[in-house]
Amino acid sequence: MGSTAYGAHDDHNHTPAFFSRWFLSTNHKDIGTMYLLFAIFAGCIGGFLSVMMRLELENPGLQYFADEGTYNVFVTGHGLIMVFFMVMPAMIGGFGNWFVPLMIGAPDMAFPRMNNISFWLLPAAFALLLLSLFVPGTADANGVGTGWIVVAPLSSKIGHPGPAVDFGILSLHLAGASSILGAINFITTIFNMRAPGMTLHKMPLFVWSVLVTAFLLLLSLPVLAGAITMLLTDRNFGTTFYDPAGGGDPLLYAHLFWFFGHPEVYILILPGFGMVSQVISTFSRKPIFGYLGMAYAMVAIGLVGFIVWAHHMYTAGLSVDTQAYFMFATMVIAVPTGVKIFSWIATMWGGSLQFRAPMVWALGFIFLFTIGGVTGVMCANAGVDRSLHNTYYVVAHFHYVLSLGAVFSIFAGWYYWFPKMSGYMYSEFLAKLHFWITFIGANLLFFPQHFLGLAGMPRHYADYPEAFAYWNKISSYGAYITAAGTLLFLTSMLYAYLIRKEKAADNPWGVGATTLEWTLPSPPAFHSYETLPRIAATDH
Amino acid sequence: MLRRMFGAVATLAAAYFAIATGADQAFAGLGQPSPGEMGLQIAASPVMEHITQLYDVVNITIIAIALFVLILLLYVMYRFSEKNNPTPSRTTHNTLLEVAWTIIPILILVGISIPSFRLLYEQYSFPKPDLTIKATGNAWFWEHEYLDQKVTITSNVISDEDVIKAKIGDKEFNTKYGALEGIARNKALYTDSAAVWAERNDLRKLTVDQAIAVPVDKVVHVLVTSNDVIHSWTVPSFGTKMQAVPGRTSAVWFKATKVGVYHGQCSVLCGKLHSMMPIVVHVVEQPVYDKWMAALQAKDKKGAGAILKADAEAHATKAVAQVQK
Repeated sequence: MGSTAYGAHDDHNHTPAFFSRWFLSTNHKDIGTMYLLFAIFAGCIGGFLSVMMRLELENPGLQYFADEGTYNVFVTGHGLIMVFFMVMPAMIGGFGNWFVPLMIGAPDMAFPRMNNISFWLLPAAFALLLLSLFVPGTADANGVGTGWIVVAPLSSKIGHPGPAVDFGILSLHLAGASSILGAINFITTIFNMRAPGMTLHKMPLFVWSVLVTAFLLLLSLPVLAGAITMLLTDRNFGTTFYDPAGGGDPLLYAHLFWFFGHPEVYILILPGFGMVSQVISTFSRKPIFGYLGMAYAMVAIGLVGFIVWAHHMYTAGLSVDTQAYFMFATMVIAVPTGVKIFSWIATMWGGSLQFRAPMVWALGFIFLFTIGGVTGVMCANAGVDRSLHNTYYVVAHFHYVLSLGAVFSIFAGWYYWFPKMSGYMYSEFLAKLHFWITFIGANLLFFPQHFLGLAGMPRHYADYPEAFAYWNKISSYGAYITAAGTLLFLTSMLYAYLIRKEKAADNPWGVGATTLEWTLPSPPAFHSYETLPRIAATDH
Repeated sequence: MLRRMFGAVATLAAAYFAIATGADQAFAGLGQPSPGEMGLQIAASPVMEHITQLYDVVNITIIAIALFVLILLLYVMYRFSEKNNPTPSRTTHNTLLEVAWTIIPILILVGISIPSFRLLYEQYSFPKPDLTIKATGNAWFWEHEYLDQKVTITSNVISDEDVIKAKIGDKEFNTKYGALEGIARNKALYTDSAAVWAERNDLRKLTVDQAIAVPVDKVVHVLVTSNDVIHSWTVPSFGTKMQAVPGRTSAVWFKATKVGVYHGQCSVLCGKLHSMMPIVVHVVEQPVYDKWMAALQAKDKKGAGAILKADAEAHATKAVAQVQK
C-alpha cells in the first residue's frame, strides 16, 4: 500500500500540477471525477443516438435515415454506449471510486496506479467504438448494426464483412479489461483497507453494492472476452466456433454472451440499489431497515443472476425442460428484489422525510423500478414470453429498470454527492424541475412501448406498419421531453459550479447523513484520512 | 390535440377492457395489429388463447403489486413527512414483517408458475400434425416448403416501390423517382404510395407477394431454420415465435381456429431489411386449401394467389356485414 510514501506526502497535502494531476492521476477522487465527466460526455452521445432513433420512429416510413441498416447502427451504438460508457463508468468508476474509500475510511484505492489505467482504457475503448461508426460494416453501410449483443452470425463475416465489428470487438475488450482491473481494485480495497472497526457488517450499503458488483464483473467479463475473441477469430482467422458449416453453433455465442449479459444488467443496477439505500436512509433520518437482509439480498441477486441467462433465449429453440428451469430460476430473483423494495419503504416508515432533490429521485426510482420489476415477472414466464420476446414490451421492461431505474439512481447519487464532490450546492429548484421533466418525459417515452409490444411490434425496426403509429408518436414526444430535461441538467450543473457557487457545508443533509464521507470537508482534501477513523457504534 | 389524445385514450381503454373481459371482437383487427392497440392481438389458436389468459392473470397481479407499492409510497410520503412526523423512530427490525414480505411473494410466484408451466408444456406438446411446413429464413425473405406436398412458396415483401411500380409501370416510375436518392427517395415513395396502399386495401410492411395457406382447425407443424443469419418466424395471433438458427431446425406448432389472414414479422435483428420480411398466413376452409394446393401443384402460382385473395375478400365482406348488423 505504500503507507510510508503517503505519510511523507500527506503533511503538505499539495495537489500536483494540471498534467500530472489529471493525466497521471493516482488519486481516487480525481479518477472518480474523470469517470463522471466521461460518463456525462458518453451519455450525451448515447442520448443523441436515441433521440435520432425516436425522431425516425415518430412516424412510419423512413424520414431521417437513408436505410434501415444505419438505424441499426444507431441502436447498437446507443446500447453499447449507455451500458459500457455511461452507466458503468458513472456508477462504479465515478461514485465507486469517489465514495468507496471515503465510506470505509481508506486513504485511497488499493492499487492507485491500476486505477489510472482502468480509467484511461475507457477513452481508448470509446474511441474504437466511435471509429467503428465510420468504417464499413455491412456490405452497404458503415458501422456495427448487430444490436449491443453483437449477435452471431449477423456479426460474422456473413452479415458484417467490413472491419466495423472488429473495431467493436476490440472496444469491448478494452472496456472489459478496464472493468476487470477496476473490479480487482474494489474487491482488494473493500476486503483489506477498511478503517479499524469497520467490519463487513458495518459497511454502508453502497459499499456492499459495489463489492457484489465487482464480483459480478470479475466473473462475467472474462466470459464475454472469450466469446468475442472467438468471434474475432471466426471473422479473421478462419475458425468456425459460431458457423454450423464448420461444426460450430450460433447458439454457443448466445449462451456465452448472455452468461455475461445477464449478470451485466445486475452490474448496471446494483450500485443504484446501494446509492438509493444511502439516500433513503439520509433523508428519512433513520437507519436502513433490515440492513443485513438488504446486504444479502444483493448477494443473492448477484448469485442467482448467474444462473438465469437463457431467459434471453426462450425462443431460440431450447428444449422445453431447459426453458422450464430458466423460468423457475428467473422468477426466484423477484423475491430478493421484493425484499429490497419493501425494506426501502420500511426505512421511510416512521421516519421524518425531507423531500430534497436526491430523495425525490430515489422515490421516483423505487416506483419506476417496481414497474420494471413486475413486467420482468411477466417476461419471465416462458409461455407468455412467446408473445413478448423481442417486441417493444421487452424494450419497455428493460428501460424501466435501466433508464428509469439505473439512471434515476445515478441522478439521486449525483445530487446527493454533488455538494461533497464539488463543494457547491446545486439549485434545489432546478434539480426538482429536472426531476419532473425527466419523470414525465421518460414515462411518456417508455410506458406506451408496453402497448406496442403487446400488439406485436418487434424491436430493431426503423419503419413499421401504420397500426403502430399512434403510440410511437407519443413515445417520441416523451423522448424529446426527456432530452430537454437532460439539457436542463447540464445547464444547471454548469450554473451551480461556475456562477452560483453557493458553498456547501461539510454535511449539508443533517443528522440523517451518518456515513464517513460527511465527516470530511466539502470538497475533501486531496488526501483524506491522514489518521484513520475508528468506527465504534453501529445503528444496526 | 390534447382533447383528441384523451378521447383516443378513453376509447382505447374501453376497447382494452372489452378484450380483457373476453368480449367477442369484430373481424377487422384479426391477424394484424390495430391502430392504437393496447393489448395482445386477438387469439386465433388454443395456445394463443391460453397465453392471453395467463397474460391477463399475471397482468392483473402485477398491476395490483405496483399499485400496492405506489399506495405505500404515497402514504409514507404523506404520513412520515418532516412536517407530520418531526421525530423519526429508530426501528430497524421487525422479524414478522421481514418473513412476510419474503413468504408472500414466494406464494404469489408459485401461484403464477403453476399455470405458467402448464402453458409452456402445452406449447411443446406437439399433437400429431395434419400438415408440416418447413420455414427457412433468408436475408430477407421466407421460404415455405410444404414437405409432403413438395411445394415451395417464397414470400417476398411488397414495398412502397413495388406498389407504385405496379400502379404506374416501370417506365413512368423511373422518370419520376429515378433521380431521387436516399432520404428524399424514401420520403417520396412513402408519401406517394399511401393512396395506392389504401386503394389496394393492403397493409404496408405486412404484405407479401406469395402468402402461405393452412386449413382451419388442423394441427400444423412448422420446422424453422435459416440459410444465413438468425431470423424468427412469428405470427402473434397463433402465439408462435421461433428463431430460425442456421444449422439447427426447431419446431413450433399451431392449430388456427379462425378463418382469416394472419400477419407476423421477423423477430430477431437480421440486418438491413429486418423489417421487410413479414410472414403472411391465410387460414382457409379445407376445400379452399385443397383448391389452392392443387393450383400450386399444377405450377399455377398466379391462380393460387387469386384463390387466396378471393377467399380473404369474401370473408372480409361477410365480416363487415356482420358488424353492420
